[in-house]
Amino acid sequence: MQNSEKKKYDGVTIALYIAIILFGWVNIYAACYDELHASIFDLSCQHGKQIIWIALAAMLAFSILMIEPRLFSNTSYAIYVVVLGLLVVTLFIGQVVNGGKGWINFGFFKFQPAEFAKFATALALSKYMSAIDLDTSKPKTWFWALAILGIPALLILMQDDTGSAMVFAGFVFPMFREGLTHYVLILGAVVIVLFVLALLVNNWVMIALIAACCALYLFVWLNKRTRKDWMKTIGFFVVCTLFTLSVDFAFNNVLQSHQRERIDVLLGKTEDIKGAGYNVHQSKIAIGSGGFLGKGFLAGTITKADFVPEQETDFIFCTVGEEWGFVGSTTLIILYMALLMRIIAMAERQRSTYSRFYGYSVASILFMHVLINIGMVLGLLPVIGIPLPFFSYGGSSLLAFTILLFIFIRQDADRNQLL
Amino acid sequence: MPKNSAQYHQRATIVKIIFAVVGAVFIFRLAMLQIFDQEYKELANKQALRNLTQFPARGYIYDRNGELMVHNEAVFDLMVIPRMVKGLDTNYFCKKVGISREEFDERMKKARTYSTYSASIFMKQISMQEKAAWESSLYKFKGFYLQQRTLRIYDRPIAAHVLGYVGEVNENDLEKDPYYKRGDYIGKSGLEAAYEKELRGIKGKKVVHVDVHNREIGSYQNGLFDTLPVAGSNLYTTLDADLQEYAEKLMANKRGCVVAIEPSTGEVLALVSAPCYDPNLLVGRVRGANYQILSEDIAKPLFNRALQAAYPPGSIFKVAQSMIGLELGVIDPGTGFPCDKSLVGCHNHPSARSVQEAIKMSCNPYFYYTYKRIIQQGKFKSIYKDSQYGLTIWHDYMLRFGFGQKLPIDLPNVSKGFIPDTAFYNKWYGEGKWAFSTIYSNSIGQGEVTVVPLQMANLACIVANRGYYYTPHVVKYYGPDSLTREEFKQRHDLGIQSKYFDIAARGMYDVVHTAGGTAHRANIEDIDICGKTGTAQNKGIDHSVFVCFAPMNNPKIAVAVYVENAGAGGVWAAPIASLVIEKYIRGEVKRTEFERTYMEAAPCQRLPLVRYVKPKKK
Repeated sequence: MQNSEKKKYDGVTIALYIAIILFGWVNIYAACYDELHASIFDLSCQHGKQIIWIALAAMLAFSILMIEPRLFSNTSYAIYVVVLGLLVVTLFIGQVVNGGKGWINFGFFKFQPAEFAKFATALALSKYMSAIDLDTSKPKTWFWALAILGIPALLILMQDDTGSAMVFAGFVFPMFREGLTHYVLILGAVVIVLFVLALLVNNWVMIALIAACCALYLFVWLNKRTRKDWMKTIGFFVVCTLFTLSVDFAFNNVLQSHQRERIDVLLGKTEDIKGAGYNVHQSKIAIGSGGFLGKGFLAGTITKADFVPEQETDFIFCTVGEEWGFVGSTTLIILYMALLMRIIAMAERQRSTYSRFYGYSVASILFMHVLINIGMVLGLLPVIGIPLPFFSYGGSSLLAFTILLFIFIRQDADRNQLL
Repeated sequence: MPKNSAQYHQRATIVKIIFAVVGAVFIFRLAMLQIFDQEYKELANKQALRNLTQFPARGYIYDRNGELMVHNEAVFDLMVIPRMVKGLDTNYFCKKVGISREEFDERMKKARTYSTYSASIFMKQISMQEKAAWESSLYKFKGFYLQQRTLRIYDRPIAAHVLGYVGEVNENDLEKDPYYKRGDYIGKSGLEAAYEKELRGIKGKKVVHVDVHNREIGSYQNGLFDTLPVAGSNLYTTLDADLQEYAEKLMANKRGCVVAIEPSTGEVLALVSAPCYDPNLLVGRVRGANYQILSEDIAKPLFNRALQAAYPPGSIFKVAQSMIGLELGVIDPGTGFPCDKSLVGCHNHPSARSVQEAIKMSCNPYFYYTYKRIIQQGKFKSIYKDSQYGLTIWHDYMLRFGFGQKLPIDLPNVSKGFIPDTAFYNKWYGEGKWAFSTIYSNSIGQGEVTVVPLQMANLACIVANRGYYYTPHVVKYYGPDSLTREEFKQRHDLGIQSKYFDIAARGMYDVVHTAGGTAHRANIEDIDICGKTGTAQNKGIDHSVFVCFAPMNNPKIAVAVYVENAGAGGVWAAPIASLVIEKYIRGEVKRTEFERTYMEAAPCQRLPLVRYVKPKKK
């Protein structure tokens, strides 16, 4: 194989990255705008600070493209261990910001290890999954994979950063791509459906429903019923029933009160538009009032008036919805979808499992962020604080996402080299 | 090739589909929120935009000499939108604003009952000074904001009955005119009510953008939807503030009224109803309490006697009787009648040998005869039919004097008074069951006849003008274009020859100026006052009545004075009227001792107020 001196970086991905960052910056400006600080370059405001972060991110991206990708693959476990160490340290000296104590304060800037745990875990998992002697048919293989992603997820969960922890569930996609049984996806879907239904519907009705589904499977779906089918179905029924019965308990005893409230609001069980439901209610008002074309740049009446909390970080999408309308919001979603599809396509053209797995991890992490963030802002998911990648204000997340993406772009540029 | 690369290649599609489905769900959701659901647009406008009403300045009121009588002062209403009230430190709020916790709860409850989304008034009429004490804390009170209003200020504590007062609109007002919103103010009485449309102006609208802390952060779309308020028209009245104040002073400690009119124009110079009250009592937050006190007062200060009372006129009515008699030709200027006290009571005086003498001496039997000749003219054999015929003619003439009908003055709530007609007596006694002898009391202004004090003053005007009048009015012109009302320029001729009114004027001159006249106390040097006294009998002590005008030739002022339960007309009403005339014509009163006597006197007995209504069927 050839070893060309000329690297070919994926221009489409970089263009999408730049487009999303710039659109984000404009919206941070709109969200923070006031007549006293009207300049978009005012460094005392968040939109001004974001320029510095963007510049830093650009430098970082450039540096990563200069580095030999082998450096990352060789140090994957080392980086992983360092980040795990940071996460443990954070548990002890972490500062509380917005309910999560995930921040380490270096004085001049605050740093959130959880943001970096994502790409570190992606590197480590990629390394693990690309081992020559890995046998993906053995459950033990997947157990270790689960451990590699589970440990940082748990540590982050212990910092009360539920959102970042949930992102780790996204690793199910690269693992699925590498041969993890599709039952995991089905199981995930079943768990979510059962959880939601169990909260909404009476337990007895739930059990009847599960029984009906099992009966349909046995007598309508299957032509022949072996003993094994019977056992599997009954086992499924028992597990589902137990799960359903435990949902109430878990809901009331495992989840924290603010999490319960947010879920209740989402499911429409309570309509507390002054308390737990305030954010989402305001967010829906801001987005809904944007209409088809939006109110125009800097002309949002709701976001300009500080009705939406966290509007330059987690609720930045409201500004897009209000000022740019359906057209602008849809454009942003399409930009994200294009980026995700592009990364998947790039991953598929990798010749090494390491970089393919890493590519899928990048896509999945970004996907989970977009899903949780926009889902929350649109009132489709409970309120979970998590930034919109490349878009929300914030240095840690922008730098971490940039590292995450550009390591992959660098790997992709080398895809034709012999491993 | 690395392992699994081809084996699970098709799984890439599944992952892409999952991603795409999420994207599609988001776009679908956005379409629902932004395109199909209108609710959020309304909610956004409700919470981020505030429609402020810009209240126009209510028109000022001036007197005939350009003196300011009513103006405005800025006050503020504290408005609340209950839904927006969040995180309020209630104790701090109550302390700052100066209300108790219970009051707070009650007011909030009331506001919530009205609407949780719309603004309602939490606290009314906060003065500049009160506001200054806590305005800087307003931003802490989410859901509250101030709205500027104006309050009426009456520059002198006079003319309450003419100027009227302003109050909050009631259900009825809201229903009648969509211009008004709950909490708006409207003229309730007097000029404030009569010229409400001119005074109120046109409300303006301002849409402002407020933030989550309830702070204004600018106008919405550069004021595209804003309108400016149009100030109300000023009223330039015919009142003479000095004369009004003086007349009110004269009526202190008395019940009754004074009406002074310029005969040549019908312009009301003063209109007093006693007891008077300071119009500023019915302004602002103290209005409710004061209104209750005034409305419960046994002397009925809120009752505008000058316009609303219908009194028995007493002897002043004889002037009109004699004019009708002369015009109908049933008597002539030289007709004399004996003072026969067997017909109707009279005081001791020689018999009148002419109309002029009859007026001067106010001879009751003389007018008994006159009225008899008017009512029973001998056109029919039956005295009943004859009386019906005569009464119809008489009634028609009396209406020409402005009696028995509303004089259309530009003030609300004017009484008609009462001049009985054939229908009335037919209903009361039965047709063919009454004749002159049944109704003779009317001849001397007693019986069924009642007259409103405004009509009495108008009678003086008619004599002063020798046979015509202009509808009395209080507003000369109004607004920036100095508009006037056409109906006040219309001269009303009675159709009675002016030579007869000359006789009446001479008779009235004699009343004041000759021995045997009933009103010598009204005599002033250099001013030829012509007047007629009346002593109106009623259930209590006689009412004292006097109508007059001066000077005799080219009259400048006509005055009617009515003092309830004070006694003879010449004793109380006449001197008061003469003081009013002196004040108006000379600009000052030289008879200071005389003046003091009447100002301090309290002749009216504290009697339960007689209700002045049409006579009830016996």
